[in-house]
Amino acid sequence: MTAPFPTRKQEGWRYADLDALQPVWEQFAEPLTLTVGPGEGFEEVWLPVADDVQVRRMQIALEAGAKARLFVLNTAPVYGRIELDVSLAEGAEFELTGANIGTGLSTNEIVTTVKHIGENGRSRQTVRSVLNGKATGSYLGKVGVARGAQKTDAGQSVKAMLLDRGATANCKPELEIFADDVKCAHGASVGELDAMQLFYAESRGLDPASARALLLEGFVMGLWDSAKDGDAIREAAREALRRVVG
Amino acid sequence: MLDITNLHATVADKPILNGVSLHVPAGEVHAIMGPNGSGKSTLAYVLAGRPGYEVSEGSATFGGADLLAMEPHERAAAGLFLGFQYPVEISGVSYLQFLRESLNAQRRARGEAELSGAEFIKLAREQAAALGMDAEMLKRPVNVGFSGGEKKRAEMVQMGIMQPRFAVLDETDSGLDIDALRIVGEGINRIMRAADKGVLLITHYERLLEHVRPDRVHVLQAGRITRSGDIELARDLEREGYAEVAA
Repeated sequence: MTAPFPTRKQEGWRYADLDALQPVWEQFAEPLTLTVGPGEGFEEVWLPVADDVQVRRMQIALEAGAKARLFVLNTAPVYGRIELDVSLAEGAEFELTGANIGTGLSTNEIVTTVKHIGENGRSRQTVRSVLNGKATGSYLGKVGVARGAQKTDAGQSVKAMLLDRGATANCKPELEIFADDVKCAHGASVGELDAMQLFYAESRGLDPASARALLLEGFVMGLWDSAKDGDAIREAAREALRRVVG
Repeated sequence: MLDITNLHATVADKPILNGVSLHVPAGEVHAIMGPNGSGKSTLAYVLAGRPGYEVSEGSATFGGADLLAMEPHERAAAGLFLGFQYPVEISGVSYLQFLRESLNAQRRARGEAELSGAEFIKLAREQAAALGMDAEMLKRPVNVGFSGGEKKRAEMVQMGIMQPRFAVLDETDSGLDIDALRIVGEGINRIMRAADKGVLLITHYERLLEHVRPDRVHVLQAGRITRSGDIELARDLEREGYAEVAA
């Protein structure tokens, strides 16, 4: 039986493009599941595809000492959603590095729930959005620290760059902590390109469009530096930026 | 080469330049000295075309062309280089990429062939070495994590790579120790001392001028040039201060 179609009243779906989702809901209703065994490692790069609507939903269980790293690029022409539900047992590590790059009327969102269940877990989430036109880019990230999950170290860093007055960024890092010896940091910012950086680049000979493209590349491309197999996502991100910056 | 006539400029509606006139012929280095707030950096920014620096009166031509009608990148392609007082940090973009793209944009605009990756890296290494900078630093993001002195030295490496026809250097000497000052002074001479080039050197201190030896020294006060002379004027200023010498 297919899971019920979501509504905007559900926190994790409040910015979703449900009209775009409806016709394809059946294929995405059940999230994929993945278990990473004790001490094992998992690393994956999620590249965009050509479809108008691109949804990836995954539940990841990290057992004691397991490590998972995901590098994701969300740049669907209509609606892109990357949804992760991650649980971390003792000593597990989770790292998410992602970007929303959108233009036109597109909606791209990264929605995560990271649950620290065991002690000494570590999670890092870094999301950058570049939005032009009337595009929407969102990061909704809930970090939960269970009662026994002492020495948890959780970080969320979210930054968005708006290139047009019509573009929208939603950043919502959220913490729910039931342990007392934990370190949870989050930072969020929404901005435009720095005028002094633009002038510096132009004074060296770059026309305004090239200067903007270079600065945006810097904003996004640093994300993939630590990926083992980062070339494909780097190239895809570069292509998406070219399309979005125009 | 650079002709500035009765230049008035405002920043946020506040008048800063109040009728600057200055003529720098090809082959000469002119220094501009002046107290804080006299308009030195504003003059540099106006010449390079920084947004928000509005010219309300007067003109500036470069090689006969109307400099003020050009966009910043067009001024660069025409051969104007601004050495920034506070070089800007750009994370995520390596110096090599930044300079190669900039230089090739200039070359395209001038109808010259672009440099290949290998040609550019060779040029960058040569210029870094000439200024005593470790070429490995050029792999790092633009100015990120650089000390004040390293940033200024990197500006000179950029100038060496760009090979401009005219350089406006805004307090390139500030933040430099004595050895770095000598290296930067030598760099200015090596890169810019030529019959078809010119320099406008903005500084607070006379020390850099002992290395670069300007042909003329001007004093800028309250947005106007109040005195001009040779290097002796700079020495007098260093000894006695602006209030005494240029009042």
